[in-house]
Amino acid sequence: MLYREAGQFKASYAEDAQIFPIRQDRIGFWLLMLVFGVAVPFLASEYWLKAILIPVLIFSLAALGLNILTGYAGQLSLGSAAFMAVGAFAAYNFILRIEGMPFLVALVLAGLTAAAVGILFGLPSLRIKGFYLAVATLAAQFFIVWALVKFPWFSNNSSSGVVTAQDVTILGYTFATPEAKYVLTFLIVAFMALLAKNMVRSSTGRAWMAVRDMDVAAQVIGFRLMRTKLLAFAVSSFYCGVAGALYAYTYIGTVEPEGFNLDLSFKILFMIIIGGVGSIMGSFLGAAFIVLLPIFLDNFVPMIFGDSLGAGFVSNFQLIIFGGLIIFFLIVEPHGLARLWQIAKEKLRLWPFPH
Amino acid sequence: MKFKQTVLLGAAMAGLLASSAASAAEEQFIGLPSYRVGPYAAGGVGIFGGWIDYMQLINERDGGVNGVKLTWEECETEYNNARGVECYERLKKKGSTGNTVFQPVSTGITYSVLEKVAQDKIPMVTIGYGRTDAADGRVFPWVFPMITTYWSQASAIVNYMGQKEGGMDKLKGKKIGLLYHDSAYGKESHAIMDKLAAKHGFEVIKIAVAHPGNEQQSQWLQIRQAKPDYVVLWGWGVMNPTAIKAAAKTGYPREKLIGVWWSGAEEDTIPAGTAAKGFVAAGFNVAGASYPVVADIKKHVYGKDKGNMEDKSRIGSVYYNRGVVHGIITVEGIRKAQEKFGKGKSLTGEQMRWGLENLNLDDARLKALGATGFMPPLKITCADHEGPGKVKFQQWDGTQWKVITDWVDSDRPLVRGMIEESAAAYAKEKGIKPRDCSKES
Repeated sequence: MLYREAGQFKASYAEDAQIFPIRQDRIGFWLLMLVFGVAVPFLASEYWLKAILIPVLIFSLAALGLNILTGYAGQLSLGSAAFMAVGAFAAYNFILRIEGMPFLVALVLAGLTAAAVGILFGLPSLRIKGFYLAVATLAAQFFIVWALVKFPWFSNNSSSGVVTAQDVTILGYTFATPEAKYVLTFLIVAFMALLAKNMVRSSTGRAWMAVRDMDVAAQVIGFRLMRTKLLAFAVSSFYCGVAGALYAYTYIGTVEPEGFNLDLSFKILFMIIIGGVGSIMGSFLGAAFIVLLPIFLDNFVPMIFGDSLGAGFVSNFQLIIFGGLIIFFLIVEPHGLARLWQIAKEKLRLWPFPH
Repeated sequence: MKFKQTVLLGAAMAGLLASSAASAAEEQFIGLPSYRVGPYAAGGVGIFGGWIDYMQLINERDGGVNGVKLTWEECETEYNNARGVECYERLKKKGSTGNTVFQPVSTGITYSVLEKVAQDKIPMVTIGYGRTDAADGRVFPWVFPMITTYWSQASAIVNYMGQKEGGMDKLKGKKIGLLYHDSAYGKESHAIMDKLAAKHGFEVIKIAVAHPGNEQQSQWLQIRQAKPDYVVLWGWGVMNPTAIKAAAKTGYPREKLIGVWWSGAEEDTIPAGTAAKGFVAAGFNVAGASYPVVADIKKHVYGKDKGNMEDKSRIGSVYYNRGVVHGIITVEGIRKAQEKFGKGKSLTGEQMRWGLENLNLDDARLKALGATGFMPPLKITCADHEGPGKVKFQQWDGTQWKVITDWVDSDRPLVRGMIEESAAAYAKEKGIKPRDCSKES
């Protein structure tokens, strides 16, 4: 009833091509931006900002990066965490070694470094596909983490290989409070998500999707495979690299190469599978699901069962529920949470008169 | 369950009514970032079990610390840095005065919250892991890598070899293999071993084992060719039993294979079976259930069926006893701080920090605690947040660990010099002005 597009006519190409063609969606989107961009920093507690909202945003960005590569361009990758590591360590070294390096420039450079590394490890994608490519990107995962530990230059000769992120200062303002860090992360993530959305709607995105659906056919109709695939690797790694730098600078504060291990890569892959492969919104939903659910269960399960069960049992039980819920969602909707949302929207358009 | 709730509710009401008058309602909250699932669960269950049991003992036997009941809550980290940070944030405001002391039992989480603890004024105790140069309390006032650090341990292991050889000068020209976990943790051994090698004139052969380390054939081939006089096993998890088994297969004497404290628990030797017999490992706590403190836990905690361990056979194991050491240090820090800030009162993190910095567990105190020989005497000062830096060596006899040395010292001047150098570099990078310890009270 409320969600009805009757009477909304498009009178220009610009109106027809906008991201949210339906007015209700636009209002909802801006409301969401207002809530998370303005209200949340004022209302949320330090715990919520530091431990929940910032990581969800950062992992959303990483998942978005992987989604561009896997969801849109169809190249399976298991190296997302390694590209995050490249971003984090690159940002650290740029700020450390270049006097007066502005943070945002370092962030972009970190992303570009990750993109360069991504192109390098994307080269095998020109010859191999599917699971074999996943194995090739697995090499990136192990090689990068190994290299960061092996060569002490990357961590400025720290004996343990751990680096501490410098203060985040933009135009003389130091982002020290959780609120400031949250707003900064939010703005960067929102901007990059908007960029990604436009990219996948443009000819670039259509080229990716053509390659994803059938690369031989795409080549026949004139897409240059090498360019398209490597661009997908570059853009994806750029997003992961920026996410890695944010992970170091606005979230954890200190990073070690082992923190970016295969587990994290898998986690990011699960985020896009749960959230929706080939969907910008799915990256956010998936990241929220994977990050929040364990925390929710950790609070919720002991509340239900109290101390009557052993702590070990409670911990294992949470994992069982977590795994069970993932399977449940995949059975109910194999195309992810984003698809569920889409179905809900379609139902809403007809509601309350479905016939 | 219902009955328990009613009683608890009644107790809470009574406490509320008498809150201002009775100090018995005071509590001291300790947040526990435990890990009971995941690859390191075996260690986590033991350490957090021992730690909780010791706090339970204090509540049951003594009625708390000077009447202040210890309360705690667990938060599952899965040994994951991001989850650890979440737990830290979740636990830090709990209880009447917030989290008293944070002990992550994970080097990764230690690094992740290193700067947060200083901002939030919550002391962090990292026993036998974490950031080594944090032992310089002038640069790291909020971090306490107590008892001993990785560098002290490496030095103590070399000293033990010297003892075995009949003098440190006998190490000249010897070859020492260093079989390390190829990670930040394993590489922590390099700088100190190089320094010690230069000092005593032995040669270090560094051999990396990639995580997780369940395949070590080429490494042991290298060892067989180089024929080192000793091999230091700087391992973690499944790498340890694999190395012990590989040593047996290549015929390397297990007596010459010396593990660090993360390689020397029952979980490392039992899977290796008979191959582990003779294997030696360092430890800042020893195994054994015969110590009075462990006996008291059995009597007062398990006697009332309030114990935390589901597998009671692990009481007295290396990890369990390590947890008891965590408990002792937590409780004694609280006790010390109460002496200054008021007995029977809840402490803030800042007050607790003072207590930890002035902690002095001498022989008499350890005897009173029933922990003589269980852990080394410990004295913390403003400048030195490490303490003794001593370890004992234990040998696996096929069924259990047997202590074979007294507390073996480390090369204190050398290690301390390295710590101060590294801490100074950190202070410079972060723009920290080291505290002047002569002005601390």
